[in-house]
Amino acid sequence: MNSATQELQRWVRFTPQQRLGRFGVYLGVVAAILWALKTIEIIPEFLYDAPEQVVDMGKRMWPIDWAHFWPVVWPALVETMHIAALATLLGLCMGIPVGFLAARNATPIPWVNAIARFILVATRSISTLIWALFFVAMFGPGALAGALAIAFHSIGFIGKMFSEGVEESNRGSIEALQAAGATRMQQIVMGYWPQVQPTFWSVALFRWDINVRESAVLGLVGAGGIGMALNAAIDLIQWDRVALILFTIFCIVIVIEAIVTQIRKRVI
Amino acid sequence: MSTLSIQNLVKAYVPGKPVLRDISLDVEGSGITAVIGPSGTGKSTLIRCINRLVDPTSGIMMFEGADLAKLSGAPLRAARRRIGMVFQEYNLVERLSVMENVLSGRLGYVSTWTAWRRKFDEADIQKAFALLQRVGLADFANRRADALSGGQRQRVGIARAVMQSPGLLLADEPTSSLDPKTSVEIMELMRDLAAENNIPVIINIHQVELAKRYAQRVIGMSGGLVVYDGAPSGLSGEVLQKIYGGEDWLAT
Amino acid sequence: MNSATVTRADFFRPSMAKRIGTLALFVYVIYAFATMGLSGERFAKGLGYGARFLAGFIPPNFTQSDILPGLLESLQIALLSSLIGTLLAIPVAVLAARNLMPAAVSWCARLVIIFCRSFHPVIIAIIAVKAVGFGALAGIIALTFSSVGFVGKLLAEAIEEISLKQIEAVRATGASFMNTIIYGVVPQVMNRFIGFVAYETDSNLRNSTMVGVVGAGGIGGTLFSAFQRFDYDFVAGIILCIIGLVMIGEFLQSWVKKAFHG
Repeated sequence: MNSATQELQRWVRFTPQQRLGRFGVYLGVVAAILWALKTIEIIPEFLYDAPEQVVDMGKRMWPIDWAHFWPVVWPALVETMHIAALATLLGLCMGIPVGFLAARNATPIPWVNAIARFILVATRSISTLIWALFFVAMFGPGALAGALAIAFHSIGFIGKMFSEGVEESNRGSIEALQAAGATRMQQIVMGYWPQVQPTFWSVALFRWDINVRESAVLGLVGAGGIGMALNAAIDLIQWDRVALILFTIFCIVIVIEAIVTQIRKRVI
Repeated sequence: MSTLSIQNLVKAYVPGKPVLRDISLDVEGSGITAVIGPSGTGKSTLIRCINRLVDPTSGIMMFEGADLAKLSGAPLRAARRRIGMVFQEYNLVERLSVMENVLSGRLGYVSTWTAWRRKFDEADIQKAFALLQRVGLADFANRRADALSGGQRQRVGIARAVMQSPGLLLADEPTSSLDPKTSVEIMELMRDLAAENNIPVIINIHQVELAKRYAQRVIGMSGGLVVYDGAPSGLSGEVLQKIYGGEDWLAT
Repeated sequence: MNSATVTRADFFRPSMAKRIGTLALFVYVIYAFATMGLSGERFAKGLGYGARFLAGFIPPNFTQSDILPGLLESLQIALLSSLIGTLLAIPVAVLAARNLMPAAVSWCARLVIIFCRSFHPVIIAIIAVKAVGFGALAGIIALTFSSVGFVGKLLAEAIEEISLKQIEAVRATGASFMNTIIYGVVPQVMNRFIGFVAYETDSNLRNSTMVGVVGAGGIGGTLFSAFQRFDYDFVAGIILCIIGLVMIGEFLQSWVKKAFHG
């Protein structure tokens, strides 16, 4: 029992292991940052020059070349939207099956899981621009290469979100179906699918939003869409046209965000 | 010299429809003052005006030499740390431990760095331990707040309020979320702690029986005005009817 | 009592809206593919090229000298932009939270976040290259913008979802604004925040391999020139290294999450 001369009680916020773990992480992060700062090559002259360059660019961007819009930018924009839509659909078609294969509860075969997971990591590590390089070399420049590039890159994200959704779903209904004698396919359609359906819409909308942004950029390597108009304008050093295209991209992104928010409210 | 002196307090959330119409009262000494009345009559608003969680429309609230209604910035915070508050839904920071929640009573006194690193003074930590012991939660210091039951959480809330070394303790329906037995325990705890530390308490409560049992003074409100101000023994059937209206709910 | 027979159609009535929707989608897909000029012949030719690539990828070649510096530079870009971006995103997100700030302030901050998010990092990289020249700095600038947008948006949303009651109690103790944030807001968003930062670092790592294509430093440039030289075995080597880097990053992330959880 506590006496009048009790020792002071100690309050410890973290256990020793926790402290060690946290300290390790801090140490690692600081070391990594210090290394990065030391070894990065930055040419100081360029840095000082920067404000001047930005102002110069700003001056060249104004006034915006609105006349360029209908003849060139609008068709490119439409193509961009097609690319984004198709890429999202294709990505869903390819990514969802891989996602199911990667989920440990839906596919209890470890080596299949491993391969599927590798596919998911690999496809999303390779950025869309790099995928686009391939597809342009294969199918020639144009929107097709762009759509395929984004689709393949999306497989990783879509598949990962799906496999997580499936792994978190309730085993109970699946077991009931199994007990009733359903085939694997039937279990998936009637057991897992209804549970991951909200995830489906969420992922589809999220990915479509991102894919619109990605498709605006692919034109830089010739894969169609508004990026090609951007690339042309930059090559010709027509900054007022560049400004127009940037403005267009900004507007379309905002519009898509608004649409996605509205759909989310109604469907999810 | 009263601890808290409220004069002509008015609060209207919607202009022209005042919830508090003209409240004047003085609180002095220690002991519990219970505010009772029907729902929507402004009991909670009154309590929250005192520590400015709600801003009054007009009126004066003198506390420790300053008009609470007119304070802002650092003086307001200085005043707030002298007023402890216990909430109906405990309002603990759920993800933090019990100890951290009790120590949050000192947040009005410590710097940002101290708060971030949780490097409270040794004296504060010992006081926190003592308070936890006093409220019967000595072994709970490192439990997460959301792992506690309702009654336990409210005890932590009380400890937090007393930790501030306040000159006044407010309680906004502290027992409304608790079962009858726990409600009694909480009321007893507040009464005892307030007496031990010589702090006046103002409780907004809707259970009239608890008010009668534990308060030294009862203020009945109706329609945004004070209609009764006196000892609990004076709460006759007539008075209660004046406050709450209607007859059927009275036992007689 | 009416003994009406229940037919299958009562339970599985096909929704007219759904049918029309699916049909419209189908028609759209065909139309969109048509605008892209996909023909059977083109497809077959493409597959032929694809096979040639795959052949060229094997065996992958890691031996060229500029692969390591390029990878390291990408890593540097990712780390620094994640750090700076996250540090900047925190105050922006706090200012953008509608439950903590008056409307005027939160709208300005949200505008900043929207602006950072609208443009693909590669686009910002192009502008950055114009401003500060080729090299890693342009890459860091570009990815910092995208980090601020990403972490800022998610953190602001997380802050908007917290319980205000916990904050009210902390305020009532007389705590300053900063103390209220530390004790009231931070504990409620910390776990999610760590998740965002981990995801953002992973995202930056991937993107840092891409900004090099426009000259903003990192392995992207090496990859691009290897591709143009038809050095496909080198390309394969680089890609495998990138995948490896991302996988290591993922692994480290789960460690960090474990150390900080709970």
